Amino acid sequence: MAKISLIVNGNPVNANIDPRTLLVQFLRENLRLTGTHVGCDTSQCGACVVHVDGKAVKACTMLAVMADGHEVRTIEGLAADGAPLHPMQEAFREHHGLQCGFCTPGMIMTAVDLVHRKGNDLSDHTIREELEGNLCRCTGYQNIVLSIAAGARAMAKSDLA
Amino acid sequence: MYEFKYHRPATVRQAANLLLKNEDAKVIAGGHTLLPVMKQRLASPPHLVDLSHIEGLDGIEMKGRSLVIGATATHNTVATSAIVGEAIPALAELAGLIGDPAVRHKGTIGGSLANNDPTADYPAACLALGATIVTNKRRLKPEEFFQGLFTTSLESDEIITRVMFPVPKKAAYIKFRNQASRYALVGVFVAKRPSDVRVAVTGAGSEGVFRVTSFEEALKKRFSHKALDGMTVPADGLNGDLHGSAEYRAHLIAVLARRAVEAATAKA
Repeated sequence: MAKISLIVNGNPVNANIDPRTLLVQFLRENLRLTGTHVGCDTSQCGACVVHVDGKAVKACTMLAVMADGHEVRTIEGLAADGAPLHPMQEAFREHHGLQCGFCTPGMIMTAVDLVHRKGNDLSDHTIREELEGNLCRCTGYQNIVLSIAAGARAMAKSDLA
Repeated sequence: MYEFKYHRPATVRQAANLLLKNEDAKVIAGGHTLLPVMKQRLASPPHLVDLSHIEGLDGIEMKGRSLVIGATATHNTVATSAIVGEAIPALAELAGLIGDPAVRHKGTIGGSLANNDPTADYPAACLALGATIVTNKRRLKPEEFFQGLFTTSLESDEIITRVMFPVPKKAAYIKFRNQASRYALVGVFVAKRPSDVRVAVTGAGSEGVFRVTSFEEALKKRFSHKALDGMTVPADGLNGDLHGSAEYRAHLIAVLARRAVEAATAKA
């Protein structure tokens, strides 16, 4: 077993885990943060994207022990419970950026990371290039791209990062 | 995934000692190759030695006429580094073509080289630029380091610490991606160095990365894509699989080499 201490969505977390535990398993099964999904489990689909120290990573391809001492942010950490949605979440709702919703948490975490890296004014081309690690099997991406462009612009006017 | 013991050394020396003491221990950095094969139970190391907490192993700096990149520098760090962009822009572009944004946040240059996947990008850059791979024990030229499919000359307790790239006069990397995996179906790195020209190919060789000396000689006489007009490479010894035949890969090598030379000359 291995002892780990990390920050998840702003809260300190301590746990004693099997070193084999993947970060995504730890988040879902130990912390019950089930917003982060396991899709392919082979780092292809991006349903498990979370932020570690502010950078988008695939939580299925990282051991929870490797997050020890780091800061993790999941889809649950974007906006407080009961508070208005994060602008990127709101944009996905407004522009119908999801159908079944399975890929959405990963799409949104990838999109927020993209805005942090490339700013609030994103071309369709940039968004499509940057989404290469996130797969959606329902909508065909058109509305996801629209949502991200709108969410990126909305983030410029929001207090939520 | 089978059980393992996890170690987190603070120094390269500690890491090497852990490798020496624990038979079949494996080094992990970004984990983007090792963890997937452990999940598939194709690898079952009883010990994992995590390099990601060793300070100073991910630095990027110029030393004289060489660009020095620390082993645990991620692909994203290399792709966005102003130092790399200034010294060898082709290398920054190459790093930005690996995987996807989330993968680039974790995968490292040292991990890519140590794995020596025959379709990885960095091996082509190392071979074309004449890089020196520095370990905790010695310095290796790419010709000594790369030993065929997923094989390197690294000893069981040897760890890559940094890679030194002499700055070329001109260079470019052109990659024809496998649409699903983002690995190179074929990738060609061309470098015009002070003393010679090198053309290195990844993705195509059944023994991993290799140089095309006939192209190099033609380009040494005249560094223009026209120097490669009509030149081809034989399909013998190239990979053929469901993604493309050996003949198709041979064709791609000639096409991508011309494009790489064009890109390298356009940059100057």
